[in-house]
This record gives sequence, structure tokens and C-alpha cells, in this order.
Amino acid sequence: MTTEGMIEVEGVWKSYDEGRIEVLKGVALSVVAGETTALVGTSGCGKSTLLNVIAGLEIPEKGVVRVTGQLVKDEVTRRELLRNTIGFVFQLHHLVADLSLEENLLVPSIAVGMSARAAKDRVAELAAITGLEGRLKRRVRELSGGERQRGALCRALMNRPSVLLADEPTGALDESNREAVFDLLMGLVRDQGLTLVMATHDAELASRCDRVLRMRDGRFVDS
Amino acid sequence: MSLWRLIFTNLRRHRVRTAIGATGVALGVATMLSVVGLLGGAVKMFEKILRSDAEMVVFEKNVSDLFFSNVPIDLVDELKEQDFVKDAQPVLFAIITAPDRPVVTCFGVRASDGRLEKAEWLSGGVENFTDEGRAVVLGERAADFMQAKAGDEVELGQESYPVAGVVQMENGFENGGVFMPLAACQTAFHKEGFSSVVTVALKKGHEPSEVKAWINEKHQRLTALENEEFSKSYSQFKILKTTAWVVGGCAFLLGGLSVTNTMILSVFSRIRELAILRVCGFSKGQVAGMIFGESMVLSILGVLAGWLLSMGGLRILKMLPALQGYIEPSVGWQEFAGAASLALLTGIGGALYPAVHAAKLKPAEALRFE
Repeated sequence: MTTEGMIEVEGVWKSYDEGRIEVLKGVALSVVAGETTALVGTSGCGKSTLLNVIAGLEIPEKGVVRVTGQLVKDEVTRRELLRNTIGFVFQLHHLVADLSLEENLLVPSIAVGMSARAAKDRVAELAAITGLEGRLKRRVRELSGGERQRGALCRALMNRPSVLLADEPTGALDESNREAVFDLLMGLVRDQGLTLVMATHDAELASRCDRVLRMRDGRFVDS
Repeated sequence: MSLWRLIFTNLRRHRVRTAIGATGVALGVATMLSVVGLLGGAVKMFEKILRSDAEMVVFEKNVSDLFFSNVPIDLVDELKEQDFVKDAQPVLFAIITAPDRPVVTCFGVRASDGRLEKAEWLSGGVENFTDEGRAVVLGERAADFMQAKAGDEVELGQESYPVAGVVQMENGFENGGVFMPLAACQTAFHKEGFSSVVTVALKKGHEPSEVKAWINEKHQRLTALENEEFSKSYSQFKILKTTAWVVGGCAFLLGGLSVTNTMILSVFSRIRELAILRVCGFSKGQVAGMIFGESMVLSILGVLAGWLLSMGGLRILKMLPALQGYIEPSVGWQEFAGAASLALLTGIGGALYPAVHAAKLKPAEALRFE
């Protein structure tokens, strides 16, 4: 893996409602390996859409996206990137409420066909790092908001990705949990050498990233 | 955790939905097995009536129902003269009325017909049943509803007949019927000189083909079939069996709709969950496979529940006093395999739309789904 060009976005256009709502207007971005990047801007400026496009969850009308040098253009590449390279954390934890935390964390391991032993070990490792060891057998509905978001972070890291995309990862948490979860996230990113692209409204949290990119009306306005 | 474990976990955490889906399939399976089992049993009972000690049955060609078959009685003696025939017995089938019973099956047989000798006599004796006489033998249930015993007189049709005895037969039709001397039966139904069928027992070392060839040559209006051939070709049996499978198939369609409904509900209530699976790297095939897997498990649960339900239901029906002897359910492995295959096909068919819909979900859109 090269240290440069971990994520390359060139001239990406994305619109909704049959082109009536343009969300990304020729966006270009380059993120090197291990770099932490914050995308800031008002709601609707295109931060989340850009993250979705990088992850291959949305397909742009124009432009090119590369992650670890792989062109994100077809279903197979998108799937393989989500399996092995990209972890995604959302504002809402999106854990399955009826499953235990452990079962939720095991979901990504099913996609890649990880052995049961390896998957259990990985869950235990992540739970230890995030302080969730005693919560693994609990149903998600029995966990606090902070624990759920930490669980979502563990799930995103389950298959050892090299890129972490985070869309307002602390946006749904109270102040104390926000700090704790963000500290944990940044600690994991630094310890594991992950490349982070994070969308946030929080200028203070954004300032702790290597780079802050401001978006307005589907474009970067400064950096 | 494997995909299968996830499938079972999904079904477990939506127990009510799972139970409703499986119940739909179970009712389809139970209906099919019950109807097929009951009609199959009825066919087998009728086969037993024909079979007695014989391997073959001769009747009028192309007849839609054996009640309408007319076989000249002289054929019996002709057959008995053949080297390959051990015995030939005429049977005249008819429907007769009794007080408060509009339909009683009547079997016109000769005294030499082995079935009465082999029967368990509850009263009277086989010696009272003669070819020249008018005394009839009642099946146990017939005697019961006619409230008659040996030595009594019973009203059958327009005539009164003495009762030679009462026999207990295994077969419900025979147990609820009346055995009448062939000649008296022919007179009562204006079928002098005819029987409905002639059953033929072969001498050891001889083949059914010899009887067939002889009948083809001497009596083109008649046909001779081995018992198994008869069961397969007799139109009434075909109609019964087809009806059973059609009724069962309709039940399965309803079961299939139940599975479809359950799986659609399951997919639409888990839109965001399915989107997260895609974000976690699940392929479209894995998502569709999970939905198909859930549907398959529902179907298998339905098959097992339906099988238990039908076995229990048939057993209860068999034990009901009013139906004793008439219900001889026959559910073999073919019927079970047929019903199970249909249930699995129903499961696949029912999951098709939900699975395709789930696989086609766009994760980003689905995560915004309210």
C-alpha cells in the first residue's frame, strides 16, 4: 500500500431527484494513508453524500473515485472495498436492536466468511479496546447511547479496514459521551494507522483532525 | 457466526411472524396430506374389494364407473375352463336403499366367493348364505344402523330379505354394506345374466398376459387388467387422485401467499438492517440468500408441523365411531415427498419477490428510509 493517494476523488458530481438537486458539484479530494480529515459544513452541503460516494454506497453521475488505488466503479469492487478496506460509522449506530452486541459485531465476519474462532477473537479484542467486554451478551436495546456508538465503531473495524469513514459519529450523543467516543475513535485511528474521513458539525472535534475541509453547496470552499 | 446462524437468529427474534409464515405452509401441507391420504385410503379400500383372492379383474371396456359395467355371467364358466385360471368369481355392484339410509352398497356375490368364508362372523353362518336363496349377509355397521341380526328380515329397496348373518369386515365399504346372493341381486337390479366384474385368480406358473390375450381374442367388448394396472387406469381413481392433488395444490397456493406476505413484511420492516448488511460487505447474493434461507426454514418448519397436524387429524378421524372402517388413511413417503417438495417450491416462490427487492436495495437510500 502506498502512503499517498489512499482516497482519490476527482471531479465528482452527484444529484438527486433526476438532476434537480445537485449535491456534489465537481468535488475533488485526495487523502493520504494515515491522514485524518474532517469535512465540515452546514446540513445539506454534501458531506454525507461525499462519504457515501467514497464508500461506493452512492454512484456519482460524473467523476472518478479511487480507494487504495482501486477504481470504485462496479459492484464487485464496491463490495470488496466494504468487506476489506472501508469501515463506516454513522450518526445513528444502526445496530440491530434484537440481536446481542456480540451478534451485531459478528455480522461483517459473515460477509467475508471469517472462521468462527477468528471472528470471536476479533470481537473480544475490539471489546477489550472499547471497554465493552461485559456488554457483549446484552441486547442492543439494553445498552446506553455511548455503548451503542462504541459498538458501531467496533463493527466498522471488525474486518480490519484501512479506511474509516465516519458520518457525524458523535452527532447523536450527549456531551460526555461525545467526548469519550471521539477520543476512542481517534485513539483507534492513531493506534491502527487508519485513514479517517469524518463529516461533522462540531468545529472543536474537527480541529483535532490533521486537515479540515469546509464544504458549501456541494463544493469545497477552503482547506 | 455463519449465514445460517444469522438466518435462524432472524427467525427466532421475529417469533410471531415466523409462526404465522410456518402455519400457512403447515396448513397447506396438512390439507394436502389429509386429502391425498383420505382419498388414497379410499382407493386402496376399493382395490381390496376387487382384489379378494384374485390377481386380475375383468370388466366392460371404456366404462366410466364399475357400477355401469356389464359382464356376461357365462364368462365365469368360460374362464374356469381355461388352463391358466384357478378361480373366477362374479361380483355385481349396486346401490340400494334401506330405511333411513338412502345409500347402502350392495355386493352381489356367489356363496363360493372366498370373502364371506374368510370374514369374522358375528352372528349366523356362511352356510345360511346360498346361491339359490334370498338371505343376505350384513356388514357389522350395516347391521348396526338397520338394527338387524341373523334371522331378522330387513327392508332393502322394495323387498324384504332374511338375514343370514352379520360379518365384521376390515373394509369400511364392506362393513357398511350388504352381501346379497348374485342371482337375487341380479333380479333386484334387473341385471339378469350380468355381473359388474369378474375377478380372476391364476393357477401357479401362469401369467396375467394369458388372460389378457384370451379376453382380447374372445371378448373384445371386455378388458382384463391386473389389479395394479386397474388402479392406475380406472378413471374414477384418476379423478379422485387428481382432485386430491388439485385441492392440495390450492391449499399450497394459499400457503405460498402466506410465505410471500411474511417475507415481504420481514424485508420491509428490516430495510435499514438490510442496508447495514450491505455496508458491512454483504453481496446482493448473500442478502438474497439470507431471505431465501429464512423462507426455506419457514417451509421446513411448516412441513414438519403440517405432517404432524395431518397425522393427528387423520388419526382422530379414524377413531370417530361414525367413520370407523371408512377412513383408512394412506400417507406414504411419495405423498410426504410430494408435499414437502411443493412446500419447498412454495418457499422459494414466496421468497422470490422479497429476496429480489432486498438484494436491489440501495444502501444509502435504505438508511434514510423512515
